[in-house]
Amino acid sequence: MGDDLAWLDGTAITAGIFDGSFSAREVVEATLGRIERYDTTLNSFTAVTAERALARADAIDAARAQGAGLGPLAGVPFAVKNLIDIAGLPTLAGSKINRERPAASRDATLVVRLEEAGAILVGALNMGEYAYDFTGENIHYGPSRNPHDPARMTGGSSGGSGGAVAGALATFALGSDTNGSIRVPASFCGVFGLKPTFGRLSRAGSFPFVSSLDHLGPLARSLGDLAVAYDAMQGHDPEDPVCTARPAEPAIAVLDEGIGDLRIAVAGGYFHQGAFAEALQAVGQAARALGATREVDLPEAARARAAAYVITAAEGAAMHLDRLRDAAESFDPVVRDRLIAGALMPAALVVRAHKFRRWFQAQVLELFQQVDVILAPATPCVAPVIGQQTIMLDGVEHPLRPNIGIFTQPISFIGLPVVALPVPLPSGLPIGVQVIAAPWREDIALRVARALELSGVVRSPQPPEL
Amino acid sequence: MDEADLDAVIEAGTRLLRIPLRPEWLTGVRLHMATNLRLAHLVADFDLPDHLDPAHVFRA
Repeated sequence: MGDDLAWLDGTAITAGIFDGSFSAREVVEATLGRIERYDTTLNSFTAVTAERALARADAIDAARAQGAGLGPLAGVPFAVKNLIDIAGLPTLAGSKINRERPAASRDATLVVRLEEAGAILVGALNMGEYAYDFTGENIHYGPSRNPHDPARMTGGSSGGSGGAVAGALATFALGSDTNGSIRVPASFCGVFGLKPTFGRLSRAGSFPFVSSLDHLGPLARSLGDLAVAYDAMQGHDPEDPVCTARPAEPAIAVLDEGIGDLRIAVAGGYFHQGAFAEALQAVGQAARALGATREVDLPEAARARAAAYVITAAEGAAMHLDRLRDAAESFDPVVRDRLIAGALMPAALVVRAHKFRRWFQAQVLELFQQVDVILAPATPCVAPVIGQQTIMLDGVEHPLRPNIGIFTQPISFIGLPVVALPVPLPSGLPIGVQVIAAPWREDIALRVARALELSGVVRSPQPPEL
Repeated sequence: MDEADLDAVIEAGTRLLRIPLRPEWLTGVRLHMATNLRLAHLVADFDLPDHLDPAHVFRA
């Protein structure tokens, strides 16, 4: 029964605990068992919080026995990217340097909120160093490996989050997304990912990368789990200065409202160039299922991606300037070289990138007067093999590492909410489609995602060897 | 900028910022600096009105 429990979605887990079919302890033990068996290969976890998880499970089982109410995520195992604070553990952010930092004195806001909803934390997850990564590779802790083919990348930087969820080592996970770091591993690992509107979810208690671009969000194997976790995390947090004061807008309540007369279009132009056939095939399948025939251009999307790249380089370098001075040799060399180069970016060019952001945002908001949802590929290709250095985009060879996020960067650049949806392909490897909505309209993106889930076009495929 | 120009900027800039630079790091830093500058100029070459506010404090 153990493995069966680990593959259940959160709704089924909570229902099973509620009706007495199984206990929260059994669910957690099944999950811990899978971590022990499979994480030697997948390398998703950097810490497993088994004692804490079992104590929480016992508390939930005791509450049920006493007839107390259970939260919407009661007994559901989750894990968090290791840039998110877990009390008692150093917040590594994928680095060797942060091992020397004191352990976090308390949990991050989102961990607190998820546990208040009954979810059970089972550990901290591997990631690319300081989140400056799209591959899931890490020189200090080893690469996280894709459950669909362990020789392939999970994508990054939330690589362990994608791998753990796809491999049923957790029912859902938290990741961060500055330029695509939730959506890329969701695409490569074949799971659902939500990057909410910039400022929607609190980042308090997470290790920053690029403050003006950083988001946190969930990854899950079902859309329902994604929405329940998202709802549990919403709400203002005075500890994050960019966290919105808007009231929570629960998504579960509207998830099944259907797509009605929503105007759905496919992103053309830039979002076709550089996309491999499988990426376009996946977007085409989604568009056909939704009856979407219109194509729209996000104006100057290539410049938007370039501006996001520039801001990331400069702000990321400023974030790590002291560490570059004092411990440069302790960085992953590929990250260190990028950070040093970013530190040397002329300020006038960085300000121009911020100025362009204002212009691009206005153009895209205008576009959202004409359409409600835009579909685009999440990644240009399926998961590359670990160690691959280059990629052919539009017939030209480019370095792989910075170019995996060409389709995600223009979207997060202006903080739009996006659901990344997994499309299984005949090759056996999944690929993701982005469902993009106007700011604060996660509800619309999730409704469209639900329609696609019901159509059968999108689903999180179970890896054959797991 | 050619390689020599970039190397001069990198060597002076890292001294300015008090970042130690080992000789063997120069090739990688130069590669990323060239990419950064190419993309930054792509953005900067786009004509924008003077009055447009930079989005330093971004609000979605």
